[in-house]
Amino acid sequence: MSILSIENLSISFHGREGITRAVLNASFKLDKGETIAIVGESGSGKSVLCSSIMGLLPMPPARIENGTIEFQGQNILTSDNRQLRGLRGNRIGMVFQDPMTSLNPYLKIKNQITEPVCLHQRMTAKAAWPLAIAMLNEVGLPDPEQIMNLYPHQLSGGMRQRVMIAMALINKPDILIADEPTTALDVTIQSQILKLIKKLQREYNIAVIFVSHDLGVVAGIADHILVMQQGQIVEQGTPDNIFYKSQHPYTRNLLDSIPVRAKTEKFIANSADTKPLLTLQHLRTWYQSNDNELFRSGRNLVKAVDDVNLQIFPGETLGLVGESGSGKSTLGRSVMRLVQITDGKILLDDRNLAELSASELKLYRREFQMIFQDPYASLNPRMTIFDALSEALQIRGALSESTIHEEITLLMNDVGLDPASIRKYPHEFSGGQRQRIAIARAIALKPRLIIADEPVSALDVTIQAQILDLLLMLVKKNQLTMLFISHDLSVIRYMSDRVAVMYQGIIVETGDTESLFAQPAHPYTKTLLSAIPLPDPIRERARYRQVNVKSSEPHITP
Amino acid sequence: MLKFILFRILQAIPVLLIVITVTFALVHAAPGGPFDSEKKVSPEILKNLNERYNLNAPVYEEYLDYLSSLLQGDLGPSFKYVNRSVTEMILTGLPSTLELGLYAIMIALMIGISAGLLAAVRPNTWIDYVCMSISMLGICLPSFLMGPLLVVVFGIWLEWLPVSGWGDSRWDWVLPSFTLGFAYAAYIARLTRGGMLEILSQDFIRTARAKGLSEARIVLKHALKGGLLPVVTFLGPAFAGLLSGSFIIETIFQIPGIGRLYVQAAFNRDYTMIMGTTIFFSVLIVVFNLLSDIIAATLNPRISYQAKQ
Repeated sequence: MSILSIENLSISFHGREGITRAVLNASFKLDKGETIAIVGESGSGKSVLCSSIMGLLPMPPARIENGTIEFQGQNILTSDNRQLRGLRGNRIGMVFQDPMTSLNPYLKIKNQITEPVCLHQRMTAKAAWPLAIAMLNEVGLPDPEQIMNLYPHQLSGGMRQRVMIAMALINKPDILIADEPTTALDVTIQSQILKLIKKLQREYNIAVIFVSHDLGVVAGIADHILVMQQGQIVEQGTPDNIFYKSQHPYTRNLLDSIPVRAKTEKFIANSADTKPLLTLQHLRTWYQSNDNELFRSGRNLVKAVDDVNLQIFPGETLGLVGESGSGKSTLGRSVMRLVQITDGKILLDDRNLAELSASELKLYRREFQMIFQDPYASLNPRMTIFDALSEALQIRGALSESTIHEEITLLMNDVGLDPASIRKYPHEFSGGQRQRIAIARAIALKPRLIIADEPVSALDVTIQAQILDLLLMLVKKNQLTMLFISHDLSVIRYMSDRVAVMYQGIIVETGDTESLFAQPAHPYTKTLLSAIPLPDPIRERARYRQVNVKSSEPHITP
Repeated sequence: MLKFILFRILQAIPVLLIVITVTFALVHAAPGGPFDSEKKVSPEILKNLNERYNLNAPVYEEYLDYLSSLLQGDLGPSFKYVNRSVTEMILTGLPSTLELGLYAIMIALMIGISAGLLAAVRPNTWIDYVCMSISMLGICLPSFLMGPLLVVVFGIWLEWLPVSGWGDSRWDWVLPSFTLGFAYAAYIARLTRGGMLEILSQDFIRTARAKGLSEARIVLKHALKGGLLPVVTFLGPAFAGLLSGSFIIETIFQIPGIGRLYVQAAFNRDYTMIMGTTIFFSVLIVVFNLLSDIIAATLNPRISYQAKQ
């Protein structure tokens, strides 16, 4: 029997720019103990749908156009604030995407986790204490007594998400709504959290609504999948039906955008007769950190990059993969000398870039160009595209107005943008288009090396695939050499000729892509590979049969 | 934390030294001396006076003398008030100024925080607009206008409150404290509104709603601590400014505080008194800034102060 039923629900937002239809005629039922996954890209209305179940939509501007939401016979849409507050955190728990910002930084964990108990079960904080400890134990956190007395910033991302889950489940709700609960987490932590949710759901017999943009993540966890596009549920069915027999073109599109294809032409670096373009020797970037990590306090020496030896050959794409905090971005920045390096050599044409003075460095920097993660933040909002690109071109020397125009038109064509739009400002473009602009700016100088630091991780999956294909095309056409940094193993596999795996500042393994993925040698690489969620329900379900859900950060020593 | 406080106190020493030196230079560079007056004083008397107060020596010697007596905690004798030391006069004026400042800051906090909270909880409604317009008025109206205006309305027309004096009647603190506090209330209201609006838009407020908390509880328990941080950092300099800026109020309302001493000393070219009051106010500013930093650190667990090495 269903505990939640949504029928013919339409929600729209009435803003200054007119009416936006966020959810259109959505209907589904949720049974006790069942897991429904809602999958869609940003703006598809999946988060709005979730908020409406909790009665958390800001009204106005949001408005329910038609439909009903019924929770155990109670009509959510006609309930008053008091009745809704009685459900929230009590019968319906919610976990949000970003555990960094979803916990109150000014309050200790104990104040936050006991709050729902005190509120809904009318207990004192003291009476709620053992419940909270038990719950923190349940979510696999070590030493709950100590964690209760900490502030959120003293915990790691995975631990915070465990606290969020404990907080949402402490009143044993009937429904858990998890809105992208693992998107902000590393892949190994993600698989731990997914297993945890699955385990708790079985234990407490909770119904789960799991929202994600990532089909791979939901493959093993869902009993039923809804695919949303522009406010509409375009397809729904069991995972096996969705993954193996999908009919709808949008679902097919989503599945195809998961980069699993292998590159056909591989660049083979022959170190015997090819001279490397760039060589890193014993590169170290250390810095002092002031933040108090859990169980550690005071000043720490952070070895962000520690004794790294790496070669990049002309014409190859070297993938650098690692989780957050592994030092991969610092390594990229160290090569550019955007951060102060501690020790070691960066050799380009037998010259050591680590020793260059500021003015010499300026000349060398044009040989390297970077593409950054966030195309919203890395383009100056007050410069038109023409300004941004011509500024890059001017570095090559004084060019005439007409040459600049020609070059920019060529660049825009290269990256698949309309040359007529060069007078526009960054905010007039979508995320994917902005990343194309950033790519155009990077290749404008015809650099010898491009450092791409997580260039697609801020983008939706279908856009991701387009940007990756664009990069591949440009690499081939212009014989670019690229250091491609990403946390996403499937993206790395898609893009790279060779792969270097980084863990806690150290390169633990390098190898050519195919053999590294087929036969990982280092235990960390193995852990990483086994944590990738696959868009394959049968293989994913097998993974959930293992029951180890303890938090284990940091998990492996290199 | 202790290290941070020690470091900040050490940091204050060069600041104070610069203040002393610059004030000393300015005071001596200004035309005239402490014993010039409309009445001609006979040269002998002037010579004796200069000798008694050690003004015949070269300026640098005078400066060093001053510094060394300052190190012993001696601010010197007043040049204008015979047989009274600067320290003594400051101590006499301090209670009134401190009392006035305390009342003013309490009024400022009460009005400012409540107005700011109201505005933040109902943004872009008439409540918000009224609160913010009044606070704009408070920022724009200078206290030398505000003071007499309040006196005319509440003292003379309505005859509700005494128009001047200090400690003579039960209610004579109201008008001066309110005049002094109002401008700060206005700033505090704006800071509170801004801080609260920012906090209320954070993700963790959504989490609090999802727990089923009432709006009042969300504001008071989850948002207030972070929302008031800008106010706290403003309070230190504000209180110091309140004390040193009270001379207008003290003059309007005839209050025997330090503010008045300060202004009179400047007019009288009372060298030691100018130096003494300036140093006193500088110390106040340093101390209150430090205090507000400490309070901010206790409110915000993410701040950890550490002395740079």
